[in-house]
Amino acid sequence: MTFFIETLIGGLLAGTMYSLVAIGFVLIYKASGVFNFAQGAMLLFAALTFVSLREQGVPFAAALVLTVVVIAIGALAIERWILRPLVNRSQITLFMATLGLSFIVEGLAQGLMGAEVRALDLGIQDTPVMFGDIMVSHFDLVAAATATVLVTVLALLFNKTRVGVSLRAVADDTRAALSIGINLNRIWQIVWAVAGSVGLVAGLLWGARQGVQFSLSLVVLKALPVLIIGGFTSIGGAIVGGLIVGAAENLAEVYIGPFIGGGITPWFAYFIALAFLYVRPAGLFGERAIERV
Amino acid sequence: MTGATTQDSHTILEVNNISLSFKGVKAISDLSFSVRRGEICALIGPNGAGKSSLLNILNGVYHPDAGEVVFESEHFHRIHPLEAARRGIGRTFQNNALFKKLSVVDNLLTGLSRFMRTNLLEQAFRLPRAHREEWVFREHAESVLEFLELQSYRDVAVGHLSYGLQKRVELGRALIASPRLLLLDEPMAGMNAEEKQEMSRFIADINRDLGTTVVLIEHDIGVVMELCGHVVVLDYGLKVGDGTPAEVQTNPEVIAAYLGTVH
Amino acid sequence: MSLHTYTLPAPFDNAPVHLVGSRAPWPLLVLLMIAFGVVPLLGSDYWLNAILIPFLVLSLAGLGLNLLTGYTGQTSVGSAGFMAVGAFATYNLLLRVPVLPLPVALILGGLFAAAVGWVVGIPSSRIKGFYLMVTTLAAQFFLEWIFSKFPWFYNNASSGTISAPNLVLFGHDLNTPTHRYLFTLSVVTLLTWVAVNLVKSQIGRNWMAIRDMDTAAAVIGIPVDRYKRQAFTVSSFYLGIAGALWAFFYLGTASASSFDINRSFQILFIIIIGGMGSIAGNFIGAAFISLLPILLSFAGQVLLGGAIDTGQIQNLQKIIFGTLIIWFLIKEPDGLVRLILNLRERLSVWPLRF
Repeated sequence: MTFFIETLIGGLLAGTMYSLVAIGFVLIYKASGVFNFAQGAMLLFAALTFVSLREQGVPFAAALVLTVVVIAIGALAIERWILRPLVNRSQITLFMATLGLSFIVEGLAQGLMGAEVRALDLGIQDTPVMFGDIMVSHFDLVAAATATVLVTVLALLFNKTRVGVSLRAVADDTRAALSIGINLNRIWQIVWAVAGSVGLVAGLLWGARQGVQFSLSLVVLKALPVLIIGGFTSIGGAIVGGLIVGAAENLAEVYIGPFIGGGITPWFAYFIALAFLYVRPAGLFGERAIERV
Repeated sequence: MTGATTQDSHTILEVNNISLSFKGVKAISDLSFSVRRGEICALIGPNGAGKSSLLNILNGVYHPDAGEVVFESEHFHRIHPLEAARRGIGRTFQNNALFKKLSVVDNLLTGLSRFMRTNLLEQAFRLPRAHREEWVFREHAESVLEFLELQSYRDVAVGHLSYGLQKRVELGRALIASPRLLLLDEPMAGMNAEEKQEMSRFIADINRDLGTTVVLIEHDIGVVMELCGHVVVLDYGLKVGDGTPAEVQTNPEVIAAYLGTVH
Repeated sequence: MSLHTYTLPAPFDNAPVHLVGSRAPWPLLVLLMIAFGVVPLLGSDYWLNAILIPFLVLSLAGLGLNLLTGYTGQTSVGSAGFMAVGAFATYNLLLRVPVLPLPVALILGGLFAAAVGWVVGIPSSRIKGFYLMVTTLAAQFFLEWIFSKFPWFYNNASSGTISAPNLVLFGHDLNTPTHRYLFTLSVVTLLTWVAVNLVKSQIGRNWMAIRDMDTAAAVIGIPVDRYKRQAFTVSSFYLGIAGALWAFFYLGTASASSFDINRSFQILFIIIIGGMGSIAGNFIGAAFISLLPILLSFAGQVLLGGAIDTGQIQNLQKIIFGTLIIWFLIKEPDGLVRLILNLRERLSVWPLRF
């Protein structure tokens, strides 16, 4: 029983990381209707930039600020050269454009900063912490706490600030938002920058674990089932979805994996997602659109 | 679907106590009327009166919350769009629902799909049966093109046609399957007077020469009065008038709800 | 034929029936004659092995995906998974049922892939767009996992790979580059002809109707769900054959990782760059995607004298691919094939300007 609970908690904590990646997705999807496949590449790029700056001896805080600046510049470029020319095009077209974007960002990241695995030390000890019988990773706890703080900050940002309110207006009804004078291009720039910064946090937490390397960009594939479960438009859904996927994956690898050859994590989350999809075709929290003809 | 009953042979379509709502908002409440075989029936009413929703129920795009539709003596609580097409209900849409990248003739040909009898292999290898079927289909398409005076646009992608011509192609796509009941959602919207005349003529010809029953939605009262023998007036999902154009025109409730706002 | 016969008032006076493709396609015939007759005589082993065979197989895979995505409008990122099914099925058929002639094993391999495609297509009746795309992604990962986890599929080879069986066609050894090229070319030609027939048939029109607007398709009597599944099935058949050819006629030795997600993306790029909903586009896209890396590394060597390492060339390639994809989506959503058609049109009127 202790082992089960440890596995479950480990999964839930890992799930918060999936949630973080998924939130970046949801933000962009809500504001610009883009299914951003490049979220993983952006995460890799952000983490690599940060590590490279640290390696040059830049202090932690300064490196963080500089990385966010780089992300913001990237967001401006993406809005100007990809989103604006593709406005009013089909969602699938936009998705494919982000597929192209992910190639560019990955190529740039590795071309400029190298392909080797880079160690990242955030100064968090990875020692076990005991709660009674139950052993939990200290690092996982810190990561989950960071994720929680970040989500809270985002929630405040969207509910209390002018930009946040505009963003919600755009997400609710783009045309109405435009008609009251909200600058859509500006909103897109901000949202992509914020999503990139969320990606940075996720990338750092993840990178501190397994080193900053190319495989970081593959977490995007982990985030897809999370989105399916939670729905593309709900931050709450992304959080719940992440927890579900994290827990289910960990439990399945331990309890089902050994019977069917192990290594099932790449696809198991997808099967859970499909099961959800069959019951709720628009995700747990997503809204089903009524087709007007 | 439930068994057949005593619908008299002059009635092709009966709408019985239909209600429909979207997320709690009533679009249609307890609506009943019937359409006689061979007539042209107009549904009129202000925007949001539930006219398009009603057509969507008639051919299965929406499912009503309550009530039933009787078509050709068959009772349906809910009908699947395919079933509706199979039984001979044709349909055009308010905002054209054509296949934009296909040519005019290809759009018409899609309307014949339910008559397709050859299989994948026959079509993949162009076996004789598939060849013959294609020829018969194209012959049909040709005669519809001619009937609707669309021959000169045969190979143009419909996305490049004017709105009025698109409406005509959509009519052709429904017509080619020789429907018994044709549901037309604002077939003359956005047309100038001349185009409206032309479209009215096509609808009248289809009705007279092919005996097709027509239910249409139209805002131009002049056109309705000229073309239709039967008018049903809807307002906020409720029926406020039902009768000949002359009867409806003098109905005080209708004047208050609808005609009054026009004049 | 139970077609309702009705007479329209306007008399039907034998108006010319426009049957597509009744004109002899001369340029195409010349191209085929060159491909079959001249290329094998002139092409070096390197060209046949390293460029033409992969180009042909990738074209075929693009064709398969195009039927599903370009013609039926269902985006799939699981193409390589279906290719894997074709490859592993053909391998096991040849291995375990040695009496099967190669073409039969190939067709059966394709049918296995088609069956898997049918299953993956089932959810398409309920879910659409991105949600459906994720289903294909699930299939991709699941299939990759199956073919690497269960040793039976690769005959318990310690390397986890499958190797080309003895390629024999009716007693003729196919193990020279020329023969493999000719066989691949024949398969691709035949399947392309079939695809052209299909997209010009009623079935093809139904697929395109579903792509352009599926609600309207249902209303006019097209069984949308059935045709979506059918498109998945046919598409996977093509991909399955392409997978077997890729494994045995190009690579020689393959494993599950030869059919990973990057292969799926590569095939998706072929149809975006070449042209969605165009048969010729697959060939143009595949040519582009097989030649660009060669050109880039060649250019790198010439310009920088080999000073630049292969890793950087790969990064550069990625950046160029990504940029091109975005550029195409923005400027020419119909792909290179549209670009070429426009160019031809301009050239054909060009002398008139003087």
